[in-house]
Amino acid sequence: MTAPPGSASTPAPTGELPRVRFAARSRRNAELALLLLAMVVVAAYAATAEANLLDTVTFDFWVPIASITAVFLAIHVVVRFLAPYADPVLVPAVALVNGLGVAFLRRLDLGRATPDERADLTMFSGTGGRQLAWTLISVALAAGLLVLIRDHRAISRYAYTLVLAGIVLVITPALLPAKYSQVNPQSDAKLWISVGGFTIQPGEFAKLALLVFFAYYLVRKREVLSLASRRFLGIDFPRGRDLGPVIVVWLISLAVLVFQKDLGTSLLYFGMFVVTLYIATERVSWLIIGLLLFFGGAVLAWYLGSTVGGPFASFYTRVDIWLDPYGDPYGTGWQTLQGLLGLGTGGLFGTGPGAGQPTEIPEVHTDFVFAGLGEEIGLFGLSALLVIYLLIIERGLRAALAVRDSFGKLLAGGLSFTVCLQLFVIIGGVSGLIPLTGQTTPFLSAGGSSLMANWLLVAALLRISDAARRPVDSTSPARPSGVPAGPPAQLHGATTEVIRP
Amino acid sequence: MNAPLRRVGVVVMVLFGLLFVNLNYVQAYKADEYRNSDYNGRVQVAEYERKRGIIEAGGTPLATSKETGGKLNFLRTYPKGEVYAHALGYKPVNLADTGIEKSENDFLAGTSDQLFGDRVRDIFTGNQTAGGNILLTLSPRAQETAFRELADNRNGVTKGAAVALDPTTGAIQALVSMPSFDPNPLVDHDTENAQAAYDRLDAAKDGPLKNRALSETFPPGSTFKVITSAAALENGYDPETRIPAGPSYLAPTAGQEIRNAVPSICPQAQVTLTTALTDSCNTGFAQLGVKLGADKLKDEARQFGFEDDDLAAGRLNGPGQKVAASRTGGMVTPAGNDDPPLVAQSSIGQNDVRMTPLQGALIAATVANDGRQMRPYLVQQQLGPDRTTDYYTAAPRELREPVSADVARQLQDMMVSVVQNGTGTNARINGYRVGGKTGTAETGGNSTDHGWFIGFAINSAGKPISAVCVFLEAAGPGGSAEAARISQQIMRAVIADRGGR
Repeated sequence: MTAPPGSASTPAPTGELPRVRFAARSRRNAELALLLLAMVVVAAYAATAEANLLDTVTFDFWVPIASITAVFLAIHVVVRFLAPYADPVLVPAVALVNGLGVAFLRRLDLGRATPDERADLTMFSGTGGRQLAWTLISVALAAGLLVLIRDHRAISRYAYTLVLAGIVLVITPALLPAKYSQVNPQSDAKLWISVGGFTIQPGEFAKLALLVFFAYYLVRKREVLSLASRRFLGIDFPRGRDLGPVIVVWLISLAVLVFQKDLGTSLLYFGMFVVTLYIATERVSWLIIGLLLFFGGAVLAWYLGSTVGGPFASFYTRVDIWLDPYGDPYGTGWQTLQGLLGLGTGGLFGTGPGAGQPTEIPEVHTDFVFAGLGEEIGLFGLSALLVIYLLIIERGLRAALAVRDSFGKLLAGGLSFTVCLQLFVIIGGVSGLIPLTGQTTPFLSAGGSSLMANWLLVAALLRISDAARRPVDSTSPARPSGVPAGPPAQLHGATTEVIRP
Repeated sequence: MNAPLRRVGVVVMVLFGLLFVNLNYVQAYKADEYRNSDYNGRVQVAEYERKRGIIEAGGTPLATSKETGGKLNFLRTYPKGEVYAHALGYKPVNLADTGIEKSENDFLAGTSDQLFGDRVRDIFTGNQTAGGNILLTLSPRAQETAFRELADNRNGVTKGAAVALDPTTGAIQALVSMPSFDPNPLVDHDTENAQAAYDRLDAAKDGPLKNRALSETFPPGSTFKVITSAAALENGYDPETRIPAGPSYLAPTAGQEIRNAVPSICPQAQVTLTTALTDSCNTGFAQLGVKLGADKLKDEARQFGFEDDDLAAGRLNGPGQKVAASRTGGMVTPAGNDDPPLVAQSSIGQNDVRMTPLQGALIAATVANDGRQMRPYLVQQQLGPDRTTDYYTAAPRELREPVSADVARQLQDMMVSVVQNGTGTNARINGYRVGGKTGTAETGGNSTDHGWFIGFAINSAGKPISAVCVFLEAAGPGGSAEAARISQQIMRAVIADRGGR
């Protein structure tokens, strides 16, 4: 973990003292400066895109950028008052990616529109405009979460409610007729709840709900899970009754997802589950079991796809395309191949914002947003984007390291890793590293559900990092009344470790 | 829980590392392959954004681009239609490109490394500079004469070819294949129309898409006697050496009896080599060939350019239109000894001997140029988009030197005798030393014979002006005389284009 600027100059003494001294700095002004810098980058991107696309920069190009800047400034103010010690990098980094997403989607709208239609592309019209609106709503939701939840441990109170809601959310699309659950005609995935032109993707929210439950449950059971175990083949297995509920949750979500024909999300849940389990129990055996199960499952799904077909057929096709992108260039492989060709056309430097032809790729505004963007900003731009994502994830993990309670650690660690895994699944799929399974690219892809869920995730990380960096002797109560006791003070020495974030 | 969290941090790093490495693979290592992939529509649109350069010869524009305002912004047009079709090739939207349009594509399209400076300037000026221009060596008058005379030949032949080149440089002055085609429908932006036009041409019985001048080989008949003569002269004969002739000849072991075209040709027991060539004495050359042996014949032919698989006519330091290799074919028994009947047939250009019309012109050119064979080329100059910057000017290169200057002069005299006193009188031009050799090739079966003429013209100052090969496929009786007449017309046109010098 890298040391933040400011703490590097101080010697690193041991004990409680340095944490107090470090945490005493809230660094909100740094956050503000970074945020404004991020918005300048977004504005520059939007202006360049218009210059390349329309040969001129329209006089009101800055309006959408200014409005998201305003809303990001608003969340900055909320953080300043409600989570003053939160990590200062999270909001600017997320704002940068989100802003680029809005600008890129608006650029797609401009590219698709004929010159006559461009005048009608007002701030909230088109995919980019909707994304802008969703950004406003998502940030408001995130602020609302920060207002409502003043201590992240309070979330654990709702663990059972959340898991129930999560399961309902996951199951609903599978039970709904295709008319209400299948939005994308090109894909047979049943992921959506679509009523009267209004669509949500419940899986995005279920992800958060399930993770809260995993964290809560594993904290309650972690001693049992790591101590009371049966040794089999040299690996310690927990007793079945301890794992029962978690396994059941996992199986249900997995089964449903297989019937929803979306293996990307099931892979995401599975990875999320294994990693939280590993963090909670500190048993490497879980990772080994997880990896074996995963690869076994993948091979099995591929085999079933080749023989039985049904829900596995699409996975089998995806593997085929992955193995040979040129196999069916005008059919099933068209999208993946066009994504690769787009990335390759961009090359090192990219064509420049607005100068490429990302619309050659079907679904470029959702699953393939990374390839579309990559054509225009090139390898260097994408590498920078990856670094921004990495920053968000590592900052989340750092909050997990620094926070003092196990629930917070598990939640922050799990949430951060979820972002990482989701990025790996979709970017790896788009760039041909792994078979493609549909996922949204956090903060970048068009779509309200994904944006809202990910902003809620960021709000949770902000809340946890605030707790992590807050001085221990501050006036905030150690435990708000009404919060269940949760686990007793950490038995595993997490807090006795010297935290040098 | 911090130890596993840190390890999760490492896993995150590894996953992002994998993404980064894979992006490098896609956007740097594979970038060119993806960018230039046939499935990549982006390149095509981009390609038509820039005005493609002009191909011209002797001040006549042969291929130009005009603005359409459509998605593909420039339409390629060929003002001279079918006259230059086989020399230029064509550059269609979806079909394969051919000819000079293909081999000089980078320069014409402006994507060549040589034009890097122009592209950099474009970035700053915002202009879209056109591609570079190609100047061909063709003489418009000779080309049009060749096309017209072939088309209007007096034997009513529908298939054939004509090639003329400058013996001292190798610059191609005329290149015609009959029947020709109009390339304009093939480059139609409506790809279905273009495909239909292509399919029609491809299915046509006479094969208009075939380049008979460069990529098809035919039995050369008596024109091959020049090679046999050269082999004799290199092996101790001189033009006055008397060789056995007679009304008919039966090779030692077996085979078909060889006769002369008409009984009045060389019925004597012996004739001089010059007389044998002048009258095209089959029996004389058959016996001469058998006496010299297959090795010497094959070797001489190879020295003149037979069996050359790598020849291309285009730019001297770059790619061009591939020229099919001429072949001497088999002349030996399975045991590896000379097979006299086959050698006898081969030495008069029958059996398995096959030649391209370009090779025929090269033989005549070599003789005219005192034994030095120059590498043939079509591209005289690469001019920058501004039409003043010279990126390449052809510097003629010797290809090989099959015979000494002495032998070449003896051959010149013998070939001049053919035109003065023998079968090639149709080729005579007042004030020029014209030499040549006719050929009538039996094609086996019932098809009519091919007519050939290869020849050259040397001006009064002793400088070779042009070497020509005219080929009339299945021309029947009198084919070679008509070929000689067309050759004379082409050489006259070259002389006229040079201002009578």
